[in-house]
Amino acid sequence: MPNIRVSTTPPTAELPTVELPPIAADVLVIGGGLSGTWAALAAAQAGARVVLADKGYCGASGVAATSGPGHWWVPPDADARAEAIRQRTAIAGGIADPAWMERILDITWTTLPTIADVYDFSTDETGRVQYRGLRGPEYLRAMRRKIHKLGVRILDQSPALELLAESGGTIVGARGLRRQRGEAWTVRAGAVILATGGCAFKSRLLGSHTNTGDGHLMAAEAGVDFSGMEFSTYHTVAPAHSTMTRSMSFAFATYYDGEGREIAVPPGDATRTLARAMLEGPVLCSLHRMPADIRERLRRVQPNMMLPFDRGGSDPFTHRFPVLLRPEGTIRGSGGIRLADDDCGTAADGLFVVGDAATREPVAGAVSGGGAILAAWALSSGVIAGRAAAARAACHGRRTDTPARPLGQAGLRPARHAASVDPRAVTAAVQAEMLPYDKTIFRRGPALARSLSRLDGVWSDLRDHLDGEGAATAGETVQARESAALTAVARWCTRAALVRPESRGMHLRVDAPASHPALARRLTVGGLDRLWSRFDGDAPQPLDSPVPTQAGAA
Amino acid sequence: MISLVIAERCTGCQVCVRVCPTNVFDAVRGGPPVIARQQDCQTCFLCELYCQPDALYVDPDCETPAAVSAEEIERSGQRGRYRRDSGWDEWAGDPRYANEHWRMDQIFARARALS
Repeated sequence: MPNIRVSTTPPTAELPTVELPPIAADVLVIGGGLSGTWAALAAAQAGARVVLADKGYCGASGVAATSGPGHWWVPPDADARAEAIRQRTAIAGGIADPAWMERILDITWTTLPTIADVYDFSTDETGRVQYRGLRGPEYLRAMRRKIHKLGVRILDQSPALELLAESGGTIVGARGLRRQRGEAWTVRAGAVILATGGCAFKSRLLGSHTNTGDGHLMAAEAGVDFSGMEFSTYHTVAPAHSTMTRSMSFAFATYYDGEGREIAVPPGDATRTLARAMLEGPVLCSLHRMPADIRERLRRVQPNMMLPFDRGGSDPFTHRFPVLLRPEGTIRGSGGIRLADDDCGTAADGLFVVGDAATREPVAGAVSGGGAILAAWALSSGVIAGRAAAARAACHGRRTDTPARPLGQAGLRPARHAASVDPRAVTAAVQAEMLPYDKTIFRRGPALARSLSRLDGVWSDLRDHLDGEGAATAGETVQARESAALTAVARWCTRAALVRPESRGMHLRVDAPASHPALARRLTVGGLDRLWSRFDGDAPQPLDSPVPTQAGAA
Repeated sequence: MISLVIAERCTGCQVCVRVCPTNVFDAVRGGPPVIARQQDCQTCFLCELYCQPDALYVDPDCETPAAVSAEEIERSGQRGRYRRDSGWDEWAGDPRYANEHWRMDQIFARARALS
């Protein structure tokens, strides 16, 4: 077929990597999705010179660009806000922070309308402008235009590989590749903001393929730890073989088992019910309950939702179709890089974190924030960190001349001798522990311990031998580093799940189904080679200490 | 998964090379880009949105590459449909493709009322 042009030897593969002269900035933002663009915007509006580096393309990268963020949106009415916060706090498992919720409601309400010069907000039948829900591709395209107009320098197709630190540990920049040009970039900056998203272990969740936990690994190498990594089990239904995790239409779904019997889905427990059925056999779905007027306008609401059906030649309203659950990992989970202060700063001086890369426990607790709270968080954390990073840079300078060392280890520079480690095999080994429903949705202590042991083995092998820097192509270097990041995030999630010996929010321990009031606390995990964990208020527990199996032992 | 660069429609602008989040294309000077890393495609369909001549086709199967021809895609009516339904470029302002994403809340409310 002459129209299909598939090549296995990219023409850029053989070019030697050229080191570009360092770029000086006040603020470097790593990641150009929703939170990264809001951070860049806020920093630039505060007067900072901003560089934003995206692994792919700022405007198309990240899970927001393929979805439809409908922000948590409550008018500035004291009673309405208090009631919204009360409702969310009631389901948050005792670990959320109402003050943070109030803050993001306020920032979202006042800030979102300020992009009306670049985003064409819709008007409803009564003539009222609808700010809350935006279409992802248009939203991110608008954010790119907005930051471009403000002079933000955007580096596309420029994956960051590692952070740069002064001898005292202060973060002063990062280094990465311009993967289509065979060039290596260095940015020196007075502050660095990680906006690298959550990690879904390449589950084929829509838009998540680049969300491999790169920022998590970079943060850990800077000495930063994580919170809430056990809250990483959210799943979203999609037609089989597709990435189309658009949940709205499935609010009208009827599900059937392989025998054609309807599956009763109790409200609020769809994921566990469907996962149980999927572990038994195929699950089919029909959307026949969707009213005709909604079917008629579905493509105007979500133009991508029908693509699997239109292109697969099936009608979801008259024919049953197979479905599966795509794991979201920490994306619509709530765990991530731990916040050290109210400015979205981390434990590393000069390093900030925003969006899904950060823990969302303050605003979502032990349950998923869903699209609404997570969009409001992405925007608000971006605004908060952008302003704080700009203020820090104004105070500390760009730090372009101080000596700095690159922090990258696993996947880049082998701890021992370079040897053949296949990043694809690493990724597959991680997925074998992090994607099966019986290991993640229905957790059990012994199985978690076995998973962690296998993941530790994968980690020590790649840490000792995987030589990303010595790879022949930029693509292979990036892939090696991604595989290390995926492994690291998998270990933190599994360790956290193992040491929380109870069930809370989305974290279900089949062997400990109750919640214990004494454990209504956040759980921090950290470490690269040797993991540790600590419940808020307790002393740290190293890996080799006995793992408690009863809440009383924790 | 990205399946086709339709050479006779492609203007060689290379915008797909620039915007692909997973870098599946390689630019070719003066010609259509090549699909260099098909297995890296995340089936997000965004390249189609940015391709004004509608010279790309993404198959909805994200696991197995599809063997489809430009003729089949032409007959199916799917070429360029996502960009049109999204109201991009020349379709902007056409009421048939207006952005009604804001109705999402109402639709969820209707679903709750039905259940």
